[in-house]
Amino acid sequence: MQKLAAVQVTKSFEGKTVIKDISIELNEKEIVCLLGVSGVGKTTLFNVIAGLSVPDSGNVMLNGADITGKAGHISYMLQKDLLLPYRTIEENVALPLIIKGMKKGKAIKKALPYFKDFDLEGTEKKYPHQLSGGMRQRAALLRTYMFSEGAALLDEPFSALDTITKSMIHKWYLGVMEKINLSTIFITHDIDEAILLSDRIYLLTGRPGRITKEIVIREKKPRRDDFNLTESFLNYKKEIISHLGM
Amino acid sequence: MNSAAAIAVILVVWQILSSTGIVPDFLLPSPVDVARAFVNDFPLLMMHLKVTLLESVLGLVIGIATGFAMAVLMDYFEPFYKAFYPVVVITQTVPAIAVAPLLVLWLGYDMAPKVTLIVIVTFFPMTVGLLEGFRAADGDTMNLLKAMGADRIQIFRHVKLPGAMDRFFASLKISASYSVVGAVIAEWLGGYSGLGVYMTRVRKSYAFDKMFAVIFLISAISLLLMSAVEILQKRMMPWRTKD
Repeated sequence: MQKLAAVQVTKSFEGKTVIKDISIELNEKEIVCLLGVSGVGKTTLFNVIAGLSVPDSGNVMLNGADITGKAGHISYMLQKDLLLPYRTIEENVALPLIIKGMKKGKAIKKALPYFKDFDLEGTEKKYPHQLSGGMRQRAALLRTYMFSEGAALLDEPFSALDTITKSMIHKWYLGVMEKINLSTIFITHDIDEAILLSDRIYLLTGRPGRITKEIVIREKKPRRDDFNLTESFLNYKKEIISHLGM
Repeated sequence: MNSAAAIAVILVVWQILSSTGIVPDFLLPSPVDVARAFVNDFPLLMMHLKVTLLESVLGLVIGIATGFAMAVLMDYFEPFYKAFYPVVVITQTVPAIAVAPLLVLWLGYDMAPKVTLIVIVTFFPMTVGLLEGFRAADGDTMNLLKAMGADRIQIFRHVKLPGAMDRFFASLKISASYSVVGAVIAEWLGGYSGLGVYMTRVRKSYAFDKMFAVIFLISAISLLLMSAVEILQKRMMPWRTKD
């Protein structure tokens, strides 16, 4: 079932078209990746979907309703965790609910049960600077989840992490996605990461940026540990590299 | 600990200079003389201190409130910022010591001119500190809250205000020490009571031991106020003290 869709979105800045006629869709519980070189308009598309900017033409649909240009529906997460340094982890995670008007105590109560699923038990009363980078990203993801209406955007969420932490968080991420009801679109320029996590990959190329290819990753989930060492993984990678003209 | 030792050394050297007669008594009383003057005049000093302290705290509180209101307005309305920021800066180029006699003429010999002067000298650091804090708020964080559906007031409450706490307390420390000095300066120029009034009287009678006693009292009060600010800061910013 379709969760979220961008329909024929075009957006320009100062007379220059950045993205043109982009249509992507995200189904229930799906992980979809937007892959492209930097400057191709990924973040522009992101801001449109999040409702932070209004497209020149086109629409954003969530659960069949038009939310074009409306913030407060689609949650997102960036490479920077953006946790508020002066709030405890539980307060940070509960923030989206507080913004929606819930009382602080009630919001925290609602967030606490998820700490286990996100491997954050014991961090509730800590401040962000007391946590490791990986933990902070998980807390940021939980905050994103708390505010989502089932769909989230992740903009290079793991690119600031070191390789080992990154591969651990990939596994963890796939695991947690099995447990919670969240559909995600994530942006990356890391081809391995895209193949490893996604159900489908959209390739964004050109100036203005357009979707020029869609690749379905047929490897079933949960994915095996050595998926990134298999022939099929390499074939996907070759296909992507040749399309991006690298 | 080291600074306590340094102060002790200075006091000892000073005492030696006085008691050996290298510096005559009528120019520089010895620390022991100062201490004796302090003890003898203690009730009187406390009476004056009460007045000065009341003026300082009152002026400081009004100064903080004014500074806060100015900073919020300037952050919220760009035209207000453009119109009033230069004016606020200009108020600071006028020396306090030059305004004080005017305030006394306008507002009389009671507390009003003292409190007003303190407000004038303390609101500026508060305005500038808070405004810079508000303006330094991280754009990505504010965008994230916007995406969550936050309005300007919520963004102010959750991002700008707590983010400005560091600068707020840095400014408050400056303002706290200004407030005591401001009160004393205003009292010099006219009044019935207060440490500045006491100071003027003992200077006129060349009682340098009492003069030093009151000077030390004023520094001690300033230090006390500043450490009160520090304690307040630790309580209000608990995330700073966690490792």
